[in-house]
Amino acid sequence: MDKDKKQNTVSAAFDMIFSQLRTMGLVLKHTFTKADTVEYPEQKPYLAPRYRGRIVLTRDPDGEERCVGCNLCAAACPVDCIALQQTIDDDGRKRADFFRINFSRCILCGFCEEACPTYAIQLTPDVELAEYDRQNLVYEKEHLLINGVGKYHDYSFYRHSGIAVDINGERKAKGDAQQEKPPVDIKGLMP
Amino acid sequence: MLELLFKLLEITVIIALLIPIAAMLVWVERRMIGIWQDRLGPNRVGPFGILQSLADLLKILGKEDWIPPFSDRLVFTIAPVIGAVCVLMSFAVIPFSPSIGVSDLNIGLLFFLAMASLSVYSVVLAGWASNSKYALLGSMRAAAQTVSYEVFMGLSVMGVVLLTGSFNLREIVLAQESGWLIQTQFLGFIIFLIAGIAESHRLPFDLPEAETELTAGFHTEYSGLKFALFFLGEYLSVTLISAMSVVLFFGGWLMPEPFASWLPPLVWFILKILIFVMFFILLRTSLPRPRFDQLLSFGWKYMLPLALINLLVTAAFKLGGFYG
Repeated sequence: MDKDKKQNTVSAAFDMIFSQLRTMGLVLKHTFTKADTVEYPEQKPYLAPRYRGRIVLTRDPDGEERCVGCNLCAAACPVDCIALQQTIDDDGRKRADFFRINFSRCILCGFCEEACPTYAIQLTPDVELAEYDRQNLVYEKEHLLINGVGKYHDYSFYRHSGIAVDINGERKAKGDAQQEKPPVDIKGLMP
Repeated sequence: MLELLFKLLEITVIIALLIPIAAMLVWVERRMIGIWQDRLGPNRVGPFGILQSLADLLKILGKEDWIPPFSDRLVFTIAPVIGAVCVLMSFAVIPFSPSIGVSDLNIGLLFFLAMASLSVYSVVLAGWASNSKYALLGSMRAAAQTVSYEVFMGLSVMGVVLLTGSFNLREIVLAQESGWLIQTQFLGFIIFLIAGIAESHRLPFDLPEAETELTAGFHTEYSGLKFALFFLGEYLSVTLISAMSVVLFFGGWLMPEPFASWLPPLVWFILKILIFVMFFILLRTSLPRPRFDQLLSFGWKYMLPLALINLLVTAAFKLGGFYG
């Protein structure tokens, strides 16, 4: 019994020593493995097309602003970094009078993109937002607006909606939109 | 007179080389740990990041040299100086090459042991003067660790003294002309190395500064130049323990014949030291830190008896005439 115990201690001691030496050997092996580091400024990592980075405001295929200033994005924003004001043009088109995103607050969560009913606000795979001056992180509408359609190439809100507006200088009356029936003539329904 | 001036110049040159080497070791260590952890380590400042230590130095010089209001000002200030000075003093007895070496002290080995013991004052005083709980705990651990590991550090090198018949480090090196002492004193070497790691507070025996438990241990309250002095002391003592291992067990500047003529003795000595330094860094990356009581019981229960057995067996063989 006593002898057994003694032998166990000795073998345990050798196990311990072997374990330490093996650990060191395994670490030493890593001298020849390649580092996992991506040396960032020179070597950029791949960002997926749907990566959530800098926010942009897109235009519809006709080149008009998609944003109708509905405020849903500002309501969805968990950090309240979006501020905007709606305005209505003479032809009935709604736009944002000003649109401001404070990127020093923005957490790039993408809730605004999910909330947007017109696909106007979208996140892009660009994360290089650093500035020396904090004030420069407040983006106004002219900084946010891009000349493209973003992720949804054919979608045009006003061509779907039943609002009378001018599209490319042509009047689109009520009932002309896609999948929209002409307005019902209430008087014609009389018995 | 001229001889004295020459000696002073030699001392100045050795110190002027040792301190930058200690600073470079910080970079070497970070780079090697990076490589062993599949990272790159600092590689931005200068070619391969070689100027990283210089950047660190400039930064640390720009820091406020703050002395906490609750500390003992005088002791707080001299503690880091004691640490660095004690380690630097030990280099006085190291024979770097046949012609280079500050002092041929007759009791060089004892001087080294004495300086190693004195350097614990730096840690103890720093922890006490900081007047903070973490620092005190760290210095308490340092005192216990150093006192217990010193005992068998001294005993482990007695085998070397027995075989060479001298405390003079230069003579110890010269006595290894026929063969390095590692052949006969392997156990002594292992014990000396373990004790040396504990003496220089390096991982896995870095309990006095265990970052994960004691923030920074005895130098928690230190910043700026004083903190840099502690760092300097630590890296110098890594170099010192490596140099002592080479001198005592690996024949100092000596090399077996086909290799000896390839490079000058000093270069061989430095290369051997570098291998040991790398080993120290490898230890740091791979081994976890033991618990404090495990550390002490390991020292007293296993290392001390082993050192005694090693000494007794060596003495018996010497008496039996095995070593001629």
